[in-house]
Parts: sequence; C-alpha cells; structure tokens
Amino acid sequence: MAKPKLAIYWAASCGGCDIAILDIEAKILEVADFFDLVFWPCAMDFKYDDVRKMQDKEITLTLFNGAIRSDENYEIAKLLREKSVVLCAFGSCASEGCIPGLANFTDKQTIMDYVYKTSPSLEPGNNVVPQTEVKVFEGTLHIPNLWNTVRTLPQVVDVDYIIPGCPPQSNQIAAVIDAVVDILKNGKPLPPKGTVLGASDKCCCDECKRKRDVKKIKKFIRPFEIVTDPEICLMEQGMVCLGPATRSGCGAKCVAAGVPCRGCYGLPSNIRDQGAKMASALASVIDSIDEAEVERILDTVADPLGTFYRFSLPASLLRRVQ
Amino acid sequence: MDKVKVTIDGQQIEVDDGSYVLEAAKSLGIEIPTLCYYPYMAPYAACRICCVEAHGVGGWSKIVTACNYPVWDGLEIYTDTPRVINARRTNLEMLMANCAPVPVLHRLAQQLGITEPRWKTDTNYTCILCGLCVRICDEVVGAHALAFINRGAKRDVSTPFQLDSESCILCGACAKNCPTGYIKMEEIENRYIVHKEMNLSPNAAITLPFRQAVPNVPQIVRENCIHYKTGGCMVCAKVCPKDCIDYGDRPKFEEVEVGAVVVATGFDSFDPSPMKQYGYGKYPNVISSEEFEVMNNAAGPTGGKIVMENGEEPRAIAILHCIGSRDHDYHKYCSRVCCMYSLKFSHLVKEKTSAEVYQLYIDMRAFGKGYEEFYERILDEGVNVIRGKGAEVVPSGYRQHEEGHLIVRCEDTLIGKYREIPVDMVILSTALEARQDAKEFGRKLNISTGADGWFIEAHPKLAPVSTTTEGIFLAGACQGAKDIPDSVAQGGAAAAQAMKLMAQGEVMMDAAYAVIDEAFCSGCKMCNDMCPYTAITFDDAKKVSVVNSALCKGCGTCVAACPAGAIMARNFTDEQIYAQIEGMLS
Repeated sequence: MAKPKLAIYWAASCGGCDIAILDIEAKILEVADFFDLVFWPCAMDFKYDDVRKMQDKEITLTLFNGAIRSDENYEIAKLLREKSVVLCAFGSCASEGCIPGLANFTDKQTIMDYVYKTSPSLEPGNNVVPQTEVKVFEGTLHIPNLWNTVRTLPQVVDVDYIIPGCPPQSNQIAAVIDAVVDILKNGKPLPPKGTVLGASDKCCCDECKRKRDVKKIKKFIRPFEIVTDPEICLMEQGMVCLGPATRSGCGAKCVAAGVPCRGCYGLPSNIRDQGAKMASALASVIDSIDEAEVERILDTVADPLGTFYRFSLPASLLRRVQ
Repeated sequence: MDKVKVTIDGQQIEVDDGSYVLEAAKSLGIEIPTLCYYPYMAPYAACRICCVEAHGVGGWSKIVTACNYPVWDGLEIYTDTPRVINARRTNLEMLMANCAPVPVLHRLAQQLGITEPRWKTDTNYTCILCGLCVRICDEVVGAHALAFINRGAKRDVSTPFQLDSESCILCGACAKNCPTGYIKMEEIENRYIVHKEMNLSPNAAITLPFRQAVPNVPQIVRENCIHYKTGGCMVCAKVCPKDCIDYGDRPKFEEVEVGAVVVATGFDSFDPSPMKQYGYGKYPNVISSEEFEVMNNAAGPTGGKIVMENGEEPRAIAILHCIGSRDHDYHKYCSRVCCMYSLKFSHLVKEKTSAEVYQLYIDMRAFGKGYEEFYERILDEGVNVIRGKGAEVVPSGYRQHEEGHLIVRCEDTLIGKYREIPVDMVILSTALEARQDAKEFGRKLNISTGADGWFIEAHPKLAPVSTTTEGIFLAGACQGAKDIPDSVAQGGAAAAQAMKLMAQGEVMMDAAYAVIDEAFCSGCKMCNDMCPYTAITFDDAKKVSVVNSALCKGCGTCVAACPAGAIMARNFTDEQIYAQIEGMLS
C-alpha cells in the first residue's frame, strides 16, 4: 500500500510552527517513515508545480501554518485545499491571525511607507518600494501582492481541523500525529469537522497550578514591574493574564514561569471573541465603584488592543481597525 | 462534713465543723457588727469589732473575734453581754483615735453608746488599717496592686512606691468595699474607670442585656469582669446557689435551617456628642432621650425618679427636638417618633415632678391616631411649646445663684424673638438612624441599604415588607424610622409573608437564572466574588464554580464576567442574543 501523503506549508508565519514540528524529536523519523512527505518548503526543496501536478485529494493531510496576507498565500491555500483530503490550520497564525494579524491595526500603505521609507534603520531618502511587477533584463518578475488585511486560513478556504498555539506544543503535535496514524492504520472514524485538535475545551487556568482566590484589581501591573509571587494567581497580583479566556493545552508553561498568559492558544470553544471576553471579565473585577477611579485603573492597562487581541485580531469580531 | 452543735445567745444550731462563729450567727439571724469582714475571703480579724464572748466546758469564757473563731461542739457564744459591748466599745474607740469620724464609725459609736471617744483625734485621715482593700486586691481580685506601707504610726495602705500602679485594673473592688471610704477612684490619663454607663449608672460585669431579653438570663460582660483580667475573683460563682456561672462559656455559632428570614434588626440611636453646641457629654445634665427613658424606668438606676446629676429634682427641663434628624449635616429625614416621645416625656415630667417643661420644636408632627389629641392634652398640662429649634446649650454663669445650671438659646419663630431659657436639665430628642453594621449585614443577606443606611424594600408602595431577595422580609425600624404601632404592623405582615411562602411547600422560581457548564469552567474564580446575591460558590472537589439556582436572580453579572463563556444565563443565551442581532440586521 502506498504511504499516506503529508504536506506542510508556511504562509505568513515566522517559521516557529515548522520548528515545533521538528521539536517532536525522534518522532519525526516515525513521521517520515509512515508518511510520504510530498511538500514542506521550509525543510525540503519542493516546487509549487510539484503540487499543481498532483491529483485532487492526493495529499492525505496538510498542516498549514501562517496567516493569509498575500496573493501567494491565498493561491497556495486554495491549491492545497484542492489537493488535500484533510486540511489542518496549524498554529495560531493559520487559525486566528496571530502576530502577523496585528498588521490589521493599520493598513498596507502605512506599513509599506514605514518599512521602505520612514523606518529609522533606512538610508535617508530611500525611495525603493517593491512593485508587484518588475521588468528586468530576463523578463517580467511577479512579486505577490500584499493584502491590506490579514486573514486567517478558515476565512479564505474550507478548513477541516484546527491545531492552536503559537506554536503548538510539541507534545500536542506528537499526540495529534499519533491519533492520525491510529486513524489511518486502523480505519477509525475521523473527528467531526471543525474540531480543535491538540487542546482541550477548558481554559488555561485548568492547567495552572497557582492558587486562586478573590480577584480584586486596584492597578494593572506589567511583568517587569514586580517580582511575582510563585504561588498566587498572576491576575490576583495585578497582571493582565489571558489564561481565563484562553484554551488550555499548552500546559500553562508561561504562567508557571511567572509570565502571564498572552492567549496564544486562542479562544475556548464556548466564546466568540477572546479579547472582548477578557476585557469584559477584567472590567468585572476592578476593585472600585468610583467612576473616575475605575477609569484610572483601566488606564493602567498598557496597549489594551495589543494585549487582549495579540493573537486573535483577524479572527475576532473586530477583524481589523477601520 | 462533720456537723457540730453550737449555742448562740441561747439558740442552738448545727453547723459545719471548721466554719466560723460569725457565719453561724448570720444563719441564725443574729447581727454582729463587722468592718473588715468580706464573706468570700479568709477572715482576718483586723478591726476586732465583731468580738463575742465564748463559753467552754468547765465554765471558762473569753472574748474572741467572731469572724475567725472556729466553732466546736458544745461551744456557747454570747453576743450581747455587757462584757462584749464593753470590748467592742473600747476597740471602736481605739479605731476612732486615729481616724476622722466617718459615718460608719459614727453610726457604730451611736449603736454602742459612745457619746464622746476617750481619745480625741483631729485628723482627717479616714483609714482604720483594716486591710480589707489589700486583701481583696490580693485574694479576690488577684491584681496585687495594693499593700501596707510603712510601720507603726505611719502605717498606711497604698500602691507600690505610692505611684500609679500598672497592676491596678481599675476594678474598684477596694473602693467599693472600703468600710470608711478611704479609697477613691479617679480617672487617670487614658485608663478609664470600668463602671460607667450613659452618664447615669454603674455598668455591672453581670447584667441582663436588657429587660425583655430572650432568654432572660444574666450574662457576664467580659470587658468589665475582674476574672477575665486577673483570673481571680469568681465571687459570683461562690454566690450562685445553682452553680450556673460558667467562665468558659463562649459565644457559639449555631446553624439553623430556615425557610424564610424576617429582618428586624432595629435602629441605632443618634449619638449627639459630635453636635458640640448642645454640650452632650460635657454638661452632665444634658442627656439623650434614651438616657431619659432609662432614668424614667422604675427599675432603672434612679428608681424612676427624674433627678439631676446631684440627685436633686430639676426645676425646669428643656426638650430639644430634631437632634440629628431634619438636619442637613446629619440626617435629612424626619425620624417620625421624636415629636411624640418628646410630648410623652413632658407628660411624664409633669406627672412626676413640678418642673417647668419647654419643648423646642421645628414642626410638631402629631400625625398618628390619637396623637393630635395627646398634643392638645400636653398643652392643657401647661407645657411650654416653643416653635424654633434649640440652637445652643450653654452653662449659665452670669449670676452666682445660676451657677451649675444651663441656658438654652433659641429663636422663638412664633413671636419672632431670640430667647434664652434657663433650665436645670436638657433632654436631646435624638434621631433614629440605621444600624452601624446594616450595610455589612445586608451584604450577608443579599439585601441592599439606601443612602441613609436603612434596608430597601422591594417596592415602597406595593411591596413594603419584602426585599429584592426572595424569602427575606423586613420588619420595623431596620427599614426606616417608624414608631411602635407601625413596627408591629409591619412585623405581622412580614410574618404572614414568611408563612405564606413556607405554607406552599414548594416555591416557584423564576426560570431566568445562570448556570455554569462544568465542561467549560476551569475554576479561575473570576465570578466567585462578584455575585451580588452570593449565589456562586466554588466546588473544591470538582474545581469548578457552581451557581445556586435558588439564590440566583439572573442578573447576568457573572455571565458577562466569565472569560471562558462557561456561564449561561437561561433565556438569555449567547445564541439567542446573536440570533436577535442577526434578525435585527437582516
């Protein structure tokens, strides 16, 4: 029997997800043994044409990481959707926009102007801005067009499953691979479409070992401002911890190390907007009934949009700043 | 214990072996004078006034001190022979030789027929050196703050080095029991004398909380009790014939399961001491209405007599209305009961004394059944009713004969004149105010308090007895200032409401309440403290929060707060709301 075919692609992403896949250590050999790796641009030299030449649904499983923010991202997303039986949004960028999604705070023009014209690291007077079409001696070069708005993979193509995390934890990746192998080998039924793999339904707090009591916040504190108590809930110490509004599965590693959860595992299945939920929850535990004081306390949240929507802006109800 | 037979003045009695003659005489009702004797302490025989004649087998006889002479079988005691009287007389004369003629010695001298002591004294020293104070402080109180000092003619009782003693607990046992009144208590610096209450009466360490207390049993006030300060005393335990005193008794928490709660926590009386203009706490004859009631009580400290601090009957009394109520600095509301109780006071004063009574009022609010008639009756009784709030109470000191009395200043708005009214006593008709802890208590019951601190009813007109929390009802002044008939009426209504609720057996609940989906709750405890009805608790076994559906009012506070979306408000689910939005937008 022919080996099942596996494709791994990166769109607008940092490459961390690809590294996370390698981070499963020796298990990668099992993957290579069980699957026929047909496409993994980050690790091996494949051409898009190799994929284009495949038959529809020829690839058994595609792990797609990265957000969709250019014509190229979009084209390959559509292509891989056609060629794959199962398309997985792998990691936070693909599933909810993640850090590239913060580009939705502004627009394409502002970004291009800053990066190619006004950034302090540029030569003064630089005016070289990439174009989508450039005529050179050999012919015309096409550079993919950058979109004004970053989108998530499920917003552009039909996605079967989601593996959250920035990046997904290696133990969770290994568990997903085990499950896939089990399904393929033993003919087990697939989980229902849209299932979030490699995570649980509860929140980060479920895995957090810190002691929780009453939350009453008089001032929001940023991590560099205090030495945290190793036992007590970080939010009770005044930090904005997105743990209560973030899906568990990561093992609460950041909070265990004294760094408040930033929300990379995305929203739990019961809510629609992680940032709004978290803001609403935090507003409920502010320890004052005096309007001016509440205002003052809320003002101590540094960069509210970037704090509450650090990973989820493109997938949120807001989508982007208008 | 063995019993022995003794004969005292011809009467035979059987008493415990080892007891003393004085106790035996006491049980026969034979009076033996004593000065240094205290029943709950070993006898000391210092004053030697209790001497009696003891006759033994074989005809011998001698003078002994009754307080410390132990009884034996066949002992004959005579307390009234010329020899006894002579011995007592001599002993008393010797005591008087070095002591001013204080009343107790004077009285004894009269009884014993001494007209002029043989040894004269012109000292004003009043101690007879009986040592009762020293022994009480040592043996009973256990503070060991007093001792004899010096020797011979300079012998005295005092504190160590004659300085303020740190060991003294200011219990007053020495001063109270001193036969001659040599020891006096005075306030020093920040240490206060224990027995003080409401400017009127001593505050005992054992007391009934109040006359109508349920259960009507006395209790020990720990702050005032010597035993809890030194571990000593325990005189009450020795006195109590039923062994009821339990020093280890502590307030207990008892859990009672109930179907409904009627809150009847009442009110606090406004403390007029911040209103310096009335001199409450400064002038002893300026008293609050509550103090007047205590004084007027037949079982109170003055036996129901209306007297000034010096014990004399006042010649004129001013009753100042609206102290703390209808006052923008304190309470804006009208306390509703003050006008009528003030009128009652003047009636009582007129009934018990011949004092002139002045009522200083803003508006006379005699609105209840029979109240206006009562007001008219008071007018007929000759009470001076002045329309104008009492502005100030000052001591009168312009003229010699006025000294020690008070002047009330006011504007009589009916004649348009400023008046100064000389009085002996001022009664401040203080406002009713919400209990100090009403807000905290309300939080426990999930009922709210208004701006003035009174508990808020569910509806001012249609549900004046119920609260916003099901099964909790209000009765009486905890809901607002009201008089006795109104309180009784509301109490009856509250009881009926509670009965109605419980008689149903089953209670219909509003279906709109919140539920927590355990599958999605990760126990962040975000919601636990915010429920205004304290309906949310934390299940430590499952590590999830739980909503008590009987307490939940469906307000949705926790639903909005739950960052995991694990809390759902029934009938207001996210799906329903999204569907409504979609419907509106389509």
